[in-house]
Amino acid sequence: MQRFINDPDDIVDETVRGFVKAHGDLVRQHPENARVVVAQGAPVAGKVGIVTGGGSGHEPAFIGYTGRNMVDAVAVGELFSSPTAKSFLDAIRAADGGSGVCVLYGNYAGDNMNVKMAARMAAKEGIEVLTVVANDDICSAPPEERDKRRGVAGEILMWKIGGAKAAQGASVREVQAAAQKALDATRSVGVGLAPCTLPANGKPNFEIPAGRMEIGIGHHGEPGREVVDLASADGVADEMLRIVLDDHDLGAGDEVCVLVSGLGATPVNELYVLYNRIESQLSERRIRVHKPFVGNYFTSLEMMGATLTVMKLDEDLKALLAAEAASPGLGVSA
Amino acid sequence: MSGFANAGAGAIVREIAAVIVANKAYLSEIDGRIGDGDHGNNMAKGFGRAAERVADGDTLDAGFSKLSDVLMSEIGGSMGPLYGMMFDDMASAIAGQDTVDAEAFGAMLAAGRDGVMAIGEAQVGDKTLLDTLCPAVDAFAGTAGEFAAKLEAMKSAAAEGRDATKDMVARVGRSSRLGERSRGVLDAGATSCCMILTALADGVARRLG
Repeated sequence: MQRFINDPDDIVDETVRGFVKAHGDLVRQHPENARVVVAQGAPVAGKVGIVTGGGSGHEPAFIGYTGRNMVDAVAVGELFSSPTAKSFLDAIRAADGGSGVCVLYGNYAGDNMNVKMAARMAAKEGIEVLTVVANDDICSAPPEERDKRRGVAGEILMWKIGGAKAAQGASVREVQAAAQKALDATRSVGVGLAPCTLPANGKPNFEIPAGRMEIGIGHHGEPGREVVDLASADGVADEMLRIVLDDHDLGAGDEVCVLVSGLGATPVNELYVLYNRIESQLSERRIRVHKPFVGNYFTSLEMMGATLTVMKLDEDLKALLAAEAASPGLGVSA
Repeated sequence: MSGFANAGAGAIVREIAAVIVANKAYLSEIDGRIGDGDHGNNMAKGFGRAAERVADGDTLDAGFSKLSDVLMSEIGGSMGPLYGMMFDDMASAIAGQDTVDAEAFGAMLAAGRDGVMAIGEAQVGDKTLLDTLCPAVDAFAGTAGEFAAKLEAMKSAAAEGRDATKDMVARVGRSSRLGERSRGVLDAGATSCCMILTALADGVARRLG
């Protein structure tokens, strides 16, 4: 493995320590739990707390979205493995400003269980906890089983909207509703070109043959819809957009937020090549990109590939998207 | 009706942990065939740490609570909460009892099963630890006779349930992505659950007065 590793067992703790040192203006380590990162200034008295968490290896997700008017506390798991219920509970406690906490996370079996248990324990302590479970990954289940779909890069937009709503002083139910609305307006699709390797295993989790691409691949290499010959960048962009538009209620005159993220090993310039085509194709359909994000926002170790996320906007979502926020992974100026 | 003294029975947790730790490599190996191959490592880590924290005089519910705490606070993933919930609810069911008789033990097993089912999404037949746990709980409740005979029935049902997972297709968890390819291999969770229930039954049987 051509990777920067000391002991695979230490990689998550070392990641968190380095992250906190690098971004001390925005985040801090939880004083008692090495697997929780808290925003500087959190909890804010009277403000609804925003919590998320998930396995490591997706940086800047999840820790990178801790910050001002974003996520207040993040639970950190092993590589590709859910954080413990205890870490979710400590994150909930650290985010609680007395007005309740919204846990905004992705639809994975381990996360579902650990969040459910943490919420139960927090409720015993008198903290009101509501959840929104992201399920933006189109190819992970058919439309009639949308509740089985996994959460991917659309989670970032859910955090942005939920964080902005909480910063306005909304109630915990209003924050939950805003995050759910953002999610319902969002669809994502991934394309994988080469697999990723967990350091402890030493070999790739799955295979994608040279010259082929996996359409609809998940964030941990979960099988996609099909493996086909690698197309040109424009061909890949068109296919990703087709999948999103087939599943999404979008038409001429609509405005959208578009997020193109690399999966870890894809050169950033190629993400702009994809975005160039995606924007042109949307323009041709008279769908206007109100706000684009292009970069490595939600990765999967060194997987090669990209994800496309599209959120349909209304005036309410546009205002929340534009609200000032600062986190290592995403910032919006006032 | 016979029973066992709750005080001191926390040592059963050490006996369960010894079996899990001894089978660490085996559990990881069967998990590696259809999962990510870390079941044995995670289980041995959690149960081993819990065993070190159990004191000689601990009641069984105190031992289960310590085990649950470690699983929930240090293990994570999916097995941490599933077994953590099971042992937490089992501990609550017998907390405060001086003597645990067959009726209380049966209620404890049922509480553990209900805890797993409440937190997870699996049903019997999905190739998970429930395929060991559910028939074992039912066998204990459904067998007439002395406590010891009920424990033997529980052990047999657990082993049969574990073996039945070999021909099942996984429907939840990471191995469910494999679909038909998951057939022909024992489920790692069902296997560790059988080890836990067997060691528990043996530990209780030795303590029956």
